[in-house]
Amino acid sequence: MGTFILRRLLWLPVLLFFVSVITFALGLYGPGDPVQVMLGLHANPETVARIRQEYGLDEPFYVQYVNYVKNVLQGNFGYSLVRYRDQPVGRLIAEHLPVTVQLNLCAIVVGILIGVPLGLIAGLYRDRWIDLAVRAVVIASISLPIILLNPVLSFIFFREHIVFVPLLDRLVSIGPLLPQVAGRWEGVLSPKAILPVLIEATGVIAILTRQMRAGMIEVLSEDYIRTARAKGLRERVVIVRHAMRNALIPIVTLVGLMLGGLVAGSFLVESWFDVPGVGRIAYEALFARDYYVIMALTLLIALAYVLANLLVDLMYGFLDPRIRTMG
Amino acid sequence: MTRSLNRVMTWGVRPPWLQVARRIVRNPPALFGLVVVIGVVLVALLAPVLAPYPYDKQNLDAAAQPPSAAHWLGTDALGRDMFSRIIWGARSAVFVIVMVTLVGLALGVPLGAAAGYWGGWVDTLVMRLADVLFAFPGLLFVFFVAATIKPGIEAWARAMGWRDLAQSGYLSYGVVILSLGIVGWAGLARLVRAQVLTVKEREFVIAAHALGVPTGRVITRHILPNALAPIIIALSMGMGDIALSEGYLSFMGIGLQPPAPSWGNILAESAGRYWRAFPQMVWLVWIPGAILAAVVFAFNFLGDGLNEALNPEI
Repeated sequence: MGTFILRRLLWLPVLLFFVSVITFALGLYGPGDPVQVMLGLHANPETVARIRQEYGLDEPFYVQYVNYVKNVLQGNFGYSLVRYRDQPVGRLIAEHLPVTVQLNLCAIVVGILIGVPLGLIAGLYRDRWIDLAVRAVVIASISLPIILLNPVLSFIFFREHIVFVPLLDRLVSIGPLLPQVAGRWEGVLSPKAILPVLIEATGVIAILTRQMRAGMIEVLSEDYIRTARAKGLRERVVIVRHAMRNALIPIVTLVGLMLGGLVAGSFLVESWFDVPGVGRIAYEALFARDYYVIMALTLLIALAYVLANLLVDLMYGFLDPRIRTMG
Repeated sequence: MTRSLNRVMTWGVRPPWLQVARRIVRNPPALFGLVVVIGVVLVALLAPVLAPYPYDKQNLDAAAQPPSAAHWLGTDALGRDMFSRIIWGARSAVFVIVMVTLVGLALGVPLGAAAGYWGGWVDTLVMRLADVLFAFPGLLFVFFVAATIKPGIEAWARAMGWRDLAQSGYLSYGVVILSLGIVGWAGLARLVRAQVLTVKEREFVIAAHALGVPTGRVITRHILPNALAPIIIALSMGMGDIALSEGYLSFMGIGLQPPAPSWGNILAESAGRYWRAFPQMVWLVWIPGAILAAVVFAFNFLGDGLNEALNPEI
């Protein structure tokens, strides 16, 4: 176990190296020149050349990369070139990251609260109608294109008429709800967070339901369950104490892996609900070719992903004593 | 001789694919998925016959019209028939799905199989490469790759002397397929590796080795066929994801470019300025959106049904 963790820790900087080189290359060789973006399309070519030299952008790739890494190691992630002109990227992320983390945490909590019981029920009543219904609803909810939600939700919430039938319209009108979902972001505890949290939770619900269902089905066929039943334990005790606990182990793993995704904002959801999180910044930066921002966010997400993986590997040892003895 | 013996011994036992088919047919959501998938493929194949107009034929005299006998779903701002565009959109979707899946198979299966079979440094190399790809932030990374390779592909087409092609928007198919394929193979490689690891120590593989079957043949004829079920399930679910990603890319303007028809870019055109100008034409948002959703549902239902059908013991 010790050497395993050591190997994992040694691999971490290597992985970050590859991720950063790839991102750096994509940013550098991608369309759009940051200097051109900065100065506008009709800039004087001499000025462009001078600024390129000033920023070291005329250096060969590896020199630029080494400079970038040096700066990053000193805590300098560069400056935003476009939308948040001249703001240090580090501060930009520090400002917007908490919002995304809060939103994602809420989504994970909601996902656990809904997904685990759903999976439990579906697993217990396998192939009965309730299992089929749960599976169908779960698959349907992850299949729904988020791009469809935008027009649909704006159609529902931002129009006076829904059905174009005067009397019926008054009955189903959601006019009073409108201020609750539109307008500026007021934090995760305001009603405005309900829709984005629910949308982001659908993925969590789907994954956890599926795992919990499969886990229950697998555990219920184990010998110790038969033993527990044979010795006359009540069914409720068998399920809660013997089956559910073991089926929850992979759930803990999955939730651990999801923690790695905490720092990655869903850019579609964030931009549509006007959530000032990192997802929206990434989205804007991508289209503006604001590549220091993209670089920093990609590195952050990669780091979180790797750390979450490491955390999960460590947790296995605590949860399942059989693994601790190995290696 | 062995062949006829085989036939005698399996007499009365249904072939496995028929059992799988029966389980699919008895599972309503999976059956729905199968029907929709077959339907979309048929529409894609028959698009030139089914569509009343060419998808890119503009008719400015009949722009932005409500549905009529001539144009069942109305026309867009350039007078293109929406019904035809949506039908041709099926062909775009199926083409992208098939190509991305092929790219994923071509990269993921050999790499995953090699990693699982030989282990050692091959395994380390392939799996670490997959690790790097997994560390990137999902769809945002696909967008990044697509936005980056797009000018490169266009410049390449110009350099080859295909100026018209470079400007037409059809190169966007290549951009979508490459970016989804490059990013998408890693998951498949992991799955194939895990499957190969479980199968390669089984008795029949050892027996094949003992009989002197060459390694390549052992992998392709003995190991991979027995690792097939999870791969089929993953592919089926992955196809839904590909359709969705293509929709997102096209919706964002990095994917398929008009005049190439895509449900994603129809949705974007309809949901954007155009919809605001003609709010009564809301079906131009609902219909491509609903079709895209139905196709993704279908692939996921089918994958779920295949999962139940191919793993009856779980």
